[in-house]
Amino acid sequence: MFMHQVLAYGVDFFQQLGEVGELFGKTVKNIFRKPWEKKIFIRQLEEIGVRSLPVVSLTAAFGGLVFGLQTYVGFHRYIGPGSEAYGGPIISLGLSKELIPILVGLMVAGRVGSAITAEIGTMKITEQIDALSSLGAEPTRYLVVPRTLASFIMLPFLTLYGDLIGMAGGFAYNVYVMGVNKAIYLRNTVIYLEAWDVLSGVLKSSFFGIIIAVIGCWQGLRTEGGAAGVGRATTLTVVISSITILIFNFFLSKLLPSSI
Amino acid sequence: MIQIVDLHKSFGNKEVLRGINLHIQKGETLVVIGGSGSGKTVLVKHIMGIMKPDRGKVYIDGVDITHLKENHLSPIRRKIGMLFQSAALFDSMTVAQNVRFGLERYTQKSPKEIEKRVRESLAQVGLEGVEDLMPHELSGGMKKRVGLARAIAYRPEIILYDEPSTGVDPIRADAINDLINVMKKKLRVTSVVITHEMESSYKVADRIAMLYQGRIIKTGSPEEIRHSDNGVVQQFIQGRAHGPIVNW
Repeated sequence: MFMHQVLAYGVDFFQQLGEVGELFGKTVKNIFRKPWEKKIFIRQLEEIGVRSLPVVSLTAAFGGLVFGLQTYVGFHRYIGPGSEAYGGPIISLGLSKELIPILVGLMVAGRVGSAITAEIGTMKITEQIDALSSLGAEPTRYLVVPRTLASFIMLPFLTLYGDLIGMAGGFAYNVYVMGVNKAIYLRNTVIYLEAWDVLSGVLKSSFFGIIIAVIGCWQGLRTEGGAAGVGRATTLTVVISSITILIFNFFLSKLLPSSI
Repeated sequence: MIQIVDLHKSFGNKEVLRGINLHIQKGETLVVIGGSGSGKTVLVKHIMGIMKPDRGKVYIDGVDITHLKENHLSPIRRKIGMLFQSAALFDSMTVAQNVRFGLERYTQKSPKEIEKRVRESLAQVGLEGVEDLMPHELSGGMKKRVGLARAIAYRPEIILYDEPSTGVDPIRADAINDLINVMKKKLRVTSVVITHEMESSYKVADRIAMLYQGRIIKTGSPEEIRHSDNGVVQQFIQGRAHGPIVNW
C-alpha cells in the first residue's frame, strides 16, 4: 500500500515535470513564430520589471543592512577592532552572488508568479483561453511567450538594481552607523570585488525569470475548479517556483566558475 | 460540411462521449439537446479543435482536424465562430477590442475597415454605442450578444452556439433565437446549437439530435422529435422528473 502510494506520487511528479518541460519547449519554439504580441510584451515588461521596483528596493535595502550588520559583528569578534572595513568586499560578494538574486527571485515569484497564475487561471475557468484559440491566438504564443521573455529580461535588471541598493545598505550600516572608515571600506570593495561576482548573480537571475514565468503560466493553464482552483494554483505557483529557485541556485552556483 | 465519426472522449474514469456520429450539411442548423453535464460542450469543443478526442475523427469540409497541429488548425478555425456558454469575453479589453480580436488575426483588413466591421457586427446583434464599455459593465444578455458579434465579425461559415440563451431572461432568450435565425438567413451560415431548452430548439432547428449517456440516441426534424416514441426523448422534451433517464 505504502509503496503503491510512493509510486503514484513518483509518476505524478514526473508527469508534471514533463508538462512543464513541454510548455517550456513550446514557448521556445513560439518565440520565433509570428505574429509577435508586442503590446502584451511591453505591458509585461512594465508589470514584471517596473512594478516590482518598490518591493525589490525594500528587500534589497534591508537584506544589505542585515548582511552589513552581521559581517561587522563577525570581523569585530574574530579578527578584531579595526578590521571591520575589510567586510566591504565580503558584503558585496555575498549580496551580488547569492543573497540579492535569491531575494529578487523569491519576491518576484511571490508578486509576479502568483499574479500570472491568477490571471491565466481565471481566463481558463471562464473559457477565455478557449476563446483565444477559437479566434486564432495560440495561447502559448499569446500568453506564455510575452511573460517568459519579459521575466527573462527584467529579472537581471532587477537584480542589478537590487545589488546597488543592497551594497548601499551594507555600506551605510558600516560607515554611517558603526563608524567604519569610509575610504578603506570602499577601496577594499573596489579592489576585491570582481565584475564576474556581479555578472554571475545577474546571469542566475535570468534563469529564475524563466522559472517564475513558466511555472506561473503552467499552473494557470492547468487551473480547474472555479475560484478555489485559482487560489490553489496561485499558492502552488509560489511554493513550486520558490523551491525550484533555491534548488537551481545551488546547482548554478556550483556549475558557474567562482571567478573568470 | 461537418462530419463526426465515432468520437470518444474520457476524463479520468468518466467516459463523456462514447462514439458520436453526426453529419451536418452546409447551411443547416443542427440543435444538440441533452441534460447538464451530458457532454454537449465537450462535443462542440471537438468541432472547434480545442479538444482532442481519445478516438474518432472530426472532418470540417473534408479535412480531418483531430490530429492537426496548431498552425494547420488556424485556417480551419477561420471558418468557425463560437459563442461560448459564458460568452468568454476578454475581461481586460473593451467591447470593441473583443470584437476586433478575431478580425485582426484572421483578416488582412485595414484599421478603418476593421472599425467599420466592428460597428456592423455590433449593430447586427442589436448593440450600438457600447464599443468603449468593459465586459463587467454589461448585463448577461449584452455579454452574450457581444460574444456573438465577436464570433460573426470575421464572417465564419460555421457558427457554434454553446447554450446561447441560458442565463438570460425569456425575452432576451427569444431575441437571441431570432438572431440565430437571422444569422442563418443573412450570412447563410451552418450552425450547431447546444442547448437544453426546448423552446429555443424548436424555434431555430432544422434538425435536432439528442445526446444521452455519451451517444446520440435520436436525430430528426423538430416534428419528429416532438412525436418520437423514445421514452428518454419524451421525458427530456416534456421536462418530467420521473422516467427512464438515469445518471446524466
